[in-house]
Amino acid sequence: MTQQPVALNRTDKPAAVASATKMVIRGVSVYYKTFRAIKNVDLPVYENRITAFIGPSGCGKSTLLRTLNRMNDLIPGARVEGKVLLDGEDIYAAGQDVVDIRRRVGMVFQRPNPFPMSVYDNVAFGLRLLGIRQKSILDEVVERSLRAAALWEHVCDNLNQSGMALSGGQQQRLCIARAIAVEPEVILMDEPTSALDPIATLTIEDLLQTLKENFTIVIVTHNMQQAARISDYTAFLSMDDDRAGYLVEFGPTVELFTNPKEKLTEDYITGRFG
Amino acid sequence: MAAEVRRVSPPHCLSASSRLSFRSSFKRFSDLLMQPTSSSSWRKRLAYYFKHGDVLWWTLLTLSVGVVLVLVLWIAWQLWVQSAAARHAFGWQFIWPWAKPVWNPALDKFQAWPAIYGSLITAAIALVLAVPLAVGIAIFLSELAPEWLRAPLNYMVEMLAAIPSVVYGLWGIYVFLPLVVVPLGKALAPLGEIPGLGVFFRGPVPASGFSRLGAALVLVIMILPTIAAVSRDVLQAIPRSQREAALALGATRWETVWKVLLPYGQSGILGAIILGFGRAIGETMAVTMVIGNSAGGGYSILRPGYTMASIIANEFAEAVSEMHTAALIEIGLVLFVLTFLLNALARWLVVNKTIKRA
Repeated sequence: MTQQPVALNRTDKPAAVASATKMVIRGVSVYYKTFRAIKNVDLPVYENRITAFIGPSGCGKSTLLRTLNRMNDLIPGARVEGKVLLDGEDIYAAGQDVVDIRRRVGMVFQRPNPFPMSVYDNVAFGLRLLGIRQKSILDEVVERSLRAAALWEHVCDNLNQSGMALSGGQQQRLCIARAIAVEPEVILMDEPTSALDPIATLTIEDLLQTLKENFTIVIVTHNMQQAARISDYTAFLSMDDDRAGYLVEFGPTVELFTNPKEKLTEDYITGRFG
Repeated sequence: MAAEVRRVSPPHCLSASSRLSFRSSFKRFSDLLMQPTSSSSWRKRLAYYFKHGDVLWWTLLTLSVGVVLVLVLWIAWQLWVQSAAARHAFGWQFIWPWAKPVWNPALDKFQAWPAIYGSLITAAIALVLAVPLAVGIAIFLSELAPEWLRAPLNYMVEMLAAIPSVVYGLWGIYVFLPLVVVPLGKALAPLGEIPGLGVFFRGPVPASGFSRLGAALVLVIMILPTIAAVSRDVLQAIPRSQREAALALGATRWETVWKVLLPYGQSGILGAIILGFGRAIGETMAVTMVIGNSAGGGYSILRPGYTMASIIANEFAEAVSEMHTAALIEIGLVLFVLTFLLNALARWLVVNKTIKRA
């Protein structure tokens, strides 16, 4: 990568407008058994904004993202220290209902992972988990979610087709529709476009701009241009000598990319390493 | 030009002179390796076949598949031919459920329905009891068991599958029948009073415990590890992303298993059940040892009976008359065809389910 300037967020306004803090990562360290994958990260996540995590491979971006809805709980031997506040409440505190947290903090994964069932059933899955059975409500939410995920026009004439039969980009939008159907407050996205072609990627990126009006979005990406294009805030993580990931710099995306405070950030965004 | 032609080349290339002239325009390493020889053409041919392993392997593998095909057809043919006497004498009456059940070697009168019924009812009971248990075991092993418990439990399940059936039979006679089947049979006997359904529970269960119920319960234990181990492999082969997708939507572990993993793995689990069924209907030794070997009719599961496999095992050595032998072989034919049909049905189900999903 040469030192060409990265294209910045089209709207270029987010940093100016203040926003409430939706989540706070406070002094978080993550261990896999004895290995420390993340050390001592402090970070806010602002409401109705897109926060991007960037950094070199293996620096723990995904691990950090997964602490936000306790997805790391599934990995045997994983342990989280510190606090992650959601609306001021620590989601790792004793007595927190992890199922409820995951409903409030949804997730979209790197590879599209629709269930092997119809498009309709995929989107309705989360609602049915909540015990919603009325056809009218399901129909309405399925349509609304598919519209919000810019997929409705492609599937509306056959909602019974298998979700697996869609193209990769459509599958990922189906996964987004499925995630937003349960109306989470925060949506975590773990490199949601890395398995997609450039056109599908662009569609998803456009989609994120509309989604952020209703949701708080945290996205991990290893594509700096993507972070610059779509996010309002960027967190740059790097790996320490002991291979633990740590936060180098956090700030409004425009500032971080045009006027980084840290030398390391500058080196990374100008392509000198990573 | 002539020197080049001598190189070991595929026989069908020898006439393609244009290619050869192209090759002769420069020296290749293969020209250096393959010195012109004066060997005869069959040696060249042989050298070609051995040099190009594909041909050799294709032949070998086709032959191996051919062995399977020949064996199946041969067995079917033999069963058909050797059962001719019985087929001609008894016709379809031999397998009709409503024909009068007789099994009389002295009079050379045979009718196989009790044995067919015995096979079907023991296998069916075994499946009904084993499937939920085995799938439960599979779910526990794959999803819930803590890491340190997994390996020993897996080993135990596989161990259960490896016990020879004669050992199951012995254990059945001396431990399982008196301790479980007899009390259970006594407990079930009152059901025999129910009109209609009672025909399946008409007692009394023999004091020894030899009964269709005993055979079915031993079969449960025997097919349990098969179904459990295969279902566990099916569940473990489901991508992690499916579990994560469900959990990220706020599903509990139970909901993930029930609404995502089992539907995803249903064709594989169905395959496991077929395997179990195949084992149940074909199992001979253990069943012969505990079913009581009685050719009597009746539908009660509390009474002794026969299965197709056990009647063959039990009587074939002592069959003197030609008709008796032919009747037993015809039972073998019925078992063969029935297994084939059930397998085909199951396969059809699997394929259908899978295609619907893809």
